[in-house]
Amino acid sequence: MHIPDGFIDLPTSAAFAAASAVAVAGAVKGARRQLSEQSAPLAGLTAVFIFAVQMLNFPVAAGTSGHLIGAALAMVLVGPYAATLALVVVLIIQAFLFADGGLTALGLSIFNMAVISVWVSFAVFMLLKKILPKTKSWLVVATFISALISVPAAAVGFVIQYAIGANATFSVGAVLNAMVGTHILIGIGEAIITALTVSAVLASRSDLVFGWDKKNTTLEIRS
Amino acid sequence: MAVSTDISNWPAFIAFFLIIISVTQIAKLPITTVAKRSLIEIPFIFFALLMPFFGSGERFEIGSLNLYRDGLLAGASIVAKGTLGILVAINLSGTTTAREILRGLEILKMPTPMVQIASFMLRYINVVNDEMQRMAVARSARGFEATGIKQWPVLATAAGALFIRSYERGERVHLAMIARGYLGDLPKEERVPNYPKHWVVALSIPTLALVISLLSRWLG
Repeated sequence: MHIPDGFIDLPTSAAFAAASAVAVAGAVKGARRQLSEQSAPLAGLTAVFIFAVQMLNFPVAAGTSGHLIGAALAMVLVGPYAATLALVVVLIIQAFLFADGGLTALGLSIFNMAVISVWVSFAVFMLLKKILPKTKSWLVVATFISALISVPAAAVGFVIQYAIGANATFSVGAVLNAMVGTHILIGIGEAIITALTVSAVLASRSDLVFGWDKKNTTLEIRS
Repeated sequence: MAVSTDISNWPAFIAFFLIIISVTQIAKLPITTVAKRSLIEIPFIFFALLMPFFGSGERFEIGSLNLYRDGLLAGASIVAKGTLGILVAINLSGTTTAREILRGLEILKMPTPMVQIASFMLRYINVVNDEMQRMAVARSARGFEATGIKQWPVLATAAGALFIRSYERGERVHLAMIARGYLGDLPKEERVPNYPKHWVVALSIPTLALVISLLSRWLG
C-alpha cells in the first residue's frame, strides 16, 4: 500500500513526515543500543531480506497471489528498532529507485508501515509473550496474532491520514470499513506466512530470533 | 509544487505534464520502461474512477451517467497529481544511479546509519536475489510447483532459510570489515564539485514549474 503524490494534502504529509523522522531518529538510537555499536551490515542485510521476501509470491487461488509486507516478521526476527530501520530503508529505496509510491507521500507510508505496523505488532507481541506459556509453539501463536494485527493497524494509520487531509470525497467511515475489512483478510495471509517463517527459523537457528528468550547460545559479534 | 496546485487550475497541469514529458525525452528514457513502471499507480486510479459515482453534494449528468461534481474533481486531481509524481520518480530513478541518489540523500542530512544501511542494501540486493533464485531452482528441480495455499509451508520455510542466510552473510561481511579496520564510518569518496552550470541546469525545471504555478494563479 504505497500512497501516491497528491492523495493526501501537503500539510498533512509534512506533519507525518516530521513524526516519522522523530520515530526514525529514536529507532536509530535504539538499534545502536540493541545491536551493538557498528552493525550497519546486519541491519542492511535485514533490509535486503525484507525487500527480497516482499518479492516472494504466495499463490492464493486461481492465478492470484500475494506477498508479505514483513513488518511483524522483521519485528519478531530482529527486534522493533532494527525492523523499523529496515522497513524505512526499504520504503525509501522503493520510492526513489522504483517509483513505488510518491516522494511527497513517503512520510505517510513510512509512518503507516514502518512505525505503526511495527510498534503496534510489537506491543501485542510483548503482551502475548507475558500471558502465554514460554514454549516455541506459543511463540509462534503470538507471532501469528501480532502479524494479523500489524496489517489492519497500518490501514487504520492510512484512514487517520485520510481523515485529516485527504483530497478525496469518500466519507471517512466508508473508507475505514473498506480499508480495515480488506486488510483483515490480507492480515490473515500475512499472519499465516509470518508464523510459518518464524517457526522455520526457530527450528534451525532459534538463537537468531529476537522474540525468543531461551537462547542456549548467545550470539556475539567478535569485534 | 504540482501537489499544492488546485485541480480546477487545469492549464497549469497541462504545462506540468509538458515539462515532465520533455524531460523524459531529453533523458532518452524508453517509453516502454516509463509505461511499465507507471502500472504501479493502477489501484489508485481505480479508486479515483469510483469517486465520481459515490459521494455527496452537487450532482450533474453526462449522457446517461449521474456524477458527483466534487468526486469528479477530486478523482481527476488524484489521477493528475499521482501520474505527475510517478513520472518525476521514474525520471529520477532512470537517470540517476543509486549511488548518486544516496550521496544526494546524505548531503540532504539523512542520518549516517540510514545511509549506510541503504548502501549495504543496494550492494547486496543482487546477491540475495540470486540466493532466492537458486532456492527457486532447487525447489522446481525437486518437482515443486506453487499452486495454492497448500504450498505455503514450503515457501515460508524458504523465506526462513533466506533470512538465516542473509543474516549470516551480514555477520560475515561485518567481521570482514572489522578485519579491515572498520570503525563505524565508511571512507568518504571524492566529492564531485558543483559547477555553476550544474546549478543552472538543475534549477531550470523547478523554476519553470514555479513560474507556471505563479502565472496560472495570477491569471486565473
